[in-house]
Amino acid sequence: MKVSMTVNGTAFEHDVEPRTLLVQHLRENMGLTGTHVGCDTSSCGACTILVNGETVKSCTLLAVQCDGADIKTIEGMATNGDLHPIQESFREKHGLQCGFCTPGMILSSWQLLERNPKPSEGEIRHALEGNFCRCTGYDNIVKAVQHASQQSA
Amino acid sequence: MGQYMGQSVKRVEDQRFITGKGQYTDDIQLPGMTFATIIRSPLAHANITNIDLSAAKNAPGFVASFVGSDIPEAIAGVPCGWQVDFKNGDTMKEPPHPLLARGKALHVGDAVAVVIAETQAQAKDAAAMVQVEYEELPAVTDISAALKDGAPQLHDGVPNNKIFDWELGSGLDAVDSALAGAAHVTSLDIVNQRLVPNPIEPRSAIGDYDDSRDYHTLYTSSQNPHVIRLLMCAFVLGLPEHKVRVVAPDVGGGFGSKIFHYIEEALMVWVAKQIKRPVKWTAERTESFLTDGQGRDHKTKAQMGFDSNGKMVALKVETDANLGAYLSTFSTAVPTYLHGTLMQGLYTTPAVHITVNAGVTNTAPVDAYRGAGRPEATFVLERLVETAAAEMGVDPAELRLKNFIPPFDGSEDQPGYQTQVALQYDSGNYEGVLKRLLEMSDYENLKKDREAARANGKLMGIGLSTYIEACGIAPSAVVGSLGARAGLFEAANIRVEPTGSVTLFTGSHSHGQGHETTFAQLIADDLGIPIENVEIVHGDTAKVPFGMGTYGSRSLAVGGSAIVKSLDKIKEKGAKIAAHLLEASTEDLDFAEGKWTVRGTDKSVAFGDVSLTAYVPHNYPEGLEPGLDETSFYDPANFTYPFGAHMAVVEVDPDTGKVDLKRFISCDDVGNVVNPMIVDGQIHGGVAQGIGQALLEGAVYDESGQLANASYMDYAMPRADDLPSFELDRTVTPCPHNPLGAKGAGEAGTIGSTPAVVNAVVDALRPLGVTDLEMPLSPQRVWAAMQQAK
Repeated sequence: MKVSMTVNGTAFEHDVEPRTLLVQHLRENMGLTGTHVGCDTSSCGACTILVNGETVKSCTLLAVQCDGADIKTIEGMATNGDLHPIQESFREKHGLQCGFCTPGMILSSWQLLERNPKPSEGEIRHALEGNFCRCTGYDNIVKAVQHASQQSA
Repeated sequence: MGQYMGQSVKRVEDQRFITGKGQYTDDIQLPGMTFATIIRSPLAHANITNIDLSAAKNAPGFVASFVGSDIPEAIAGVPCGWQVDFKNGDTMKEPPHPLLARGKALHVGDAVAVVIAETQAQAKDAAAMVQVEYEELPAVTDISAALKDGAPQLHDGVPNNKIFDWELGSGLDAVDSALAGAAHVTSLDIVNQRLVPNPIEPRSAIGDYDDSRDYHTLYTSSQNPHVIRLLMCAFVLGLPEHKVRVVAPDVGGGFGSKIFHYIEEALMVWVAKQIKRPVKWTAERTESFLTDGQGRDHKTKAQMGFDSNGKMVALKVETDANLGAYLSTFSTAVPTYLHGTLMQGLYTTPAVHITVNAGVTNTAPVDAYRGAGRPEATFVLERLVETAAAEMGVDPAELRLKNFIPPFDGSEDQPGYQTQVALQYDSGNYEGVLKRLLEMSDYENLKKDREAARANGKLMGIGLSTYIEACGIAPSAVVGSLGARAGLFEAANIRVEPTGSVTLFTGSHSHGQGHETTFAQLIADDLGIPIENVEIVHGDTAKVPFGMGTYGSRSLAVGGSAIVKSLDKIKEKGAKIAAHLLEASTEDLDFAEGKWTVRGTDKSVAFGDVSLTAYVPHNYPEGLEPGLDETSFYDPANFTYPFGAHMAVVEVDPDTGKVDLKRFISCDDVGNVVNPMIVDGQIHGGVAQGIGQALLEGAVYDESGQLANASYMDYAMPRADDLPSFELDRTVTPCPHNPLGAKGAGEAGTIGSTPAVVNAVVDALRPLGVTDLEMPLSPQRVWAAMQQAK
């Protein structure tokens, strides 16, 4: 099936098997390997991306469901080489170790701050409970989101 | 000390991870690559009576398929890396672990066949068409049951499923008589439940074969590519190592589970040669649950005796250790040399003895998981101490302080502490960390808060834990004498480029630990060059001279020490070149801030000028080789011994049994610290995993051997809203026997935190009459204990 979508500002059209998951489409057909697969049950959040400005777990959508969609992945977060303040904050506060959950964590954080620019610690923890991190104990991820929140003051 | 050491330098590697440019094994696409799906046993114990591949072979995109009998007999399987013999001297039982099952499946997930196709989806489709007939056999999953007469037998030649029995310590007679004479004896039966390490990146392996050079390449999500190459070449496939390259690119967490040499690695290398095309296998999450090396799974009986003054007089421990269906790489060392040797703890107990019975069951193999044996030992000790304090009516902090080994720095005046269980501790100040923890937590007021809360009907608890671990593994000769089949040194090659920038090729492997930053800090300061001028290369056997990899909190203590040795060689040679350029003697030169200066003058030459001269040796010392490139191997003199004290403060919901972890406070001593930010991050992550064991995690095998919670839907791991922010501090007691004074920080958090949390919850429930709880402390379990105590 033909499927068209705009990914990180560039229009793409591909012929895909109907069963192709969105995350496979991004990784295998577009080479956007910053979006990761950590589970098969939409539990870990490593595949989190933005579809029409909303975070989704891209392992639970078919590529064909996103025909005509506007998609943003971790590769599209920086603007003209300038990191997004959330990306900067993850580095500043050591909010990552192995980096595997990081793209999904950054996009989930982006969604939280869009909806709630000044979240409390509890609100941050609640908003990120769909994203597993096994390395950091979440402590510095929370600090990174708080730091990003302060940057946009 | 320069401008970087001891500073929280932001991580160099983060740029690629925060922009999605990290390259993990599954991200790699090779031209013409095929995809493998492994057909796995749905039964825990079964004879394989028939495998019908005919439908699969006609599936679209089918490339090839293999079963166990297709693999030459000479390729017996993956080896165990550590031989632990029976007490009576009999050789350890070592059943084979074939790449694909040979007639019998021994756990759910055991590999039975492999199908290769043009795409991943086609490989899965074809695999689904493979018909395997099984004759189901009775299964056993519990280690104590497996060791009994009449239990189902897994392997030929392994009677009673017993791999070895083992003991260490002062002798059974000594502990038994000390216990008999003790004024108080505390006894506990302890289950240290099985855990699934669960790095978020599933395991992945790509085999590639170049027949024009007869050359193999393996890309694998591994913590130690050279170890994989050594084991795979020498013990599995019989390949010469110069014809095999193993690359471990970015790796998405390991926690021990990516140390081991897995069958899929050797299988992909072997298959790639058969089909003359690259082949990739990546685990699905449930496949990871069923086949990644799992952790812990000990059943222990322990007794601790005290004299009438509250001084410890004896510790006796008997442990049954479940190794799973096959012997994974370091599986046999975990319950013995990484567990029994830690039973002294921080205490002066004069009689300590441990016996271990290790056996196989119809479950996934068990091996090192963050802490590996040391969390289990610490859990035994710290549950005993805290229970004893309650039984004797003394403060648990006071009881520990009374029994601690006094401070010693490892100097001639204060030599290392010889334990009853083989190890000699290097340096320590155990009362220092506990006293600091009590200060941080405002312990005296916290106890008053607890009394007030109890008076108001609230179930508040305070739990302590103190720990010591053996890290920086390990002196090769020592571990060799104990059965290790490898040395445990580390290598570092420092290449100074002509214009003065530096590339380090290190045998350590970073899968989150931040080596690209920490090692660059070390090199930049030592050579007085900007950190931007240092590049760190790791994870590729074709680039790095050799390496034993990263586990056991060894990268800085062992890998860093190898770097220091190479830096010393670089400076020694550089001084000869500098002396020549300055027309001075090397003895008259000082090296500081990136230049050699003739002492007492302003004559100097910069590092970059010296390096350029080394590669453009027109005006050069006679007899000195050109170039500035040095390799060192560092074999540690002893283990390192980090230690610390942890505290949990909890409140238990009396209606639901849910544990609310209010505070988690730790004071750790990991020796000298290069990057405090990174060390704190290591403690954070370790603590989270330790709390996970205490409150949430546990692999659940049913009686038929099915892993009932083999997905992220079912296996509870800590999420962001399960944890508080952690309160951390540290003391610094340098390691006396390595040049950095570093002890290692990777496992400390996991080792100390679990007993602190359990002690806190038991403390909260003690007024109800609860004295012990089995992990994980789920609301259901806690609630049931509360009802039973009523």
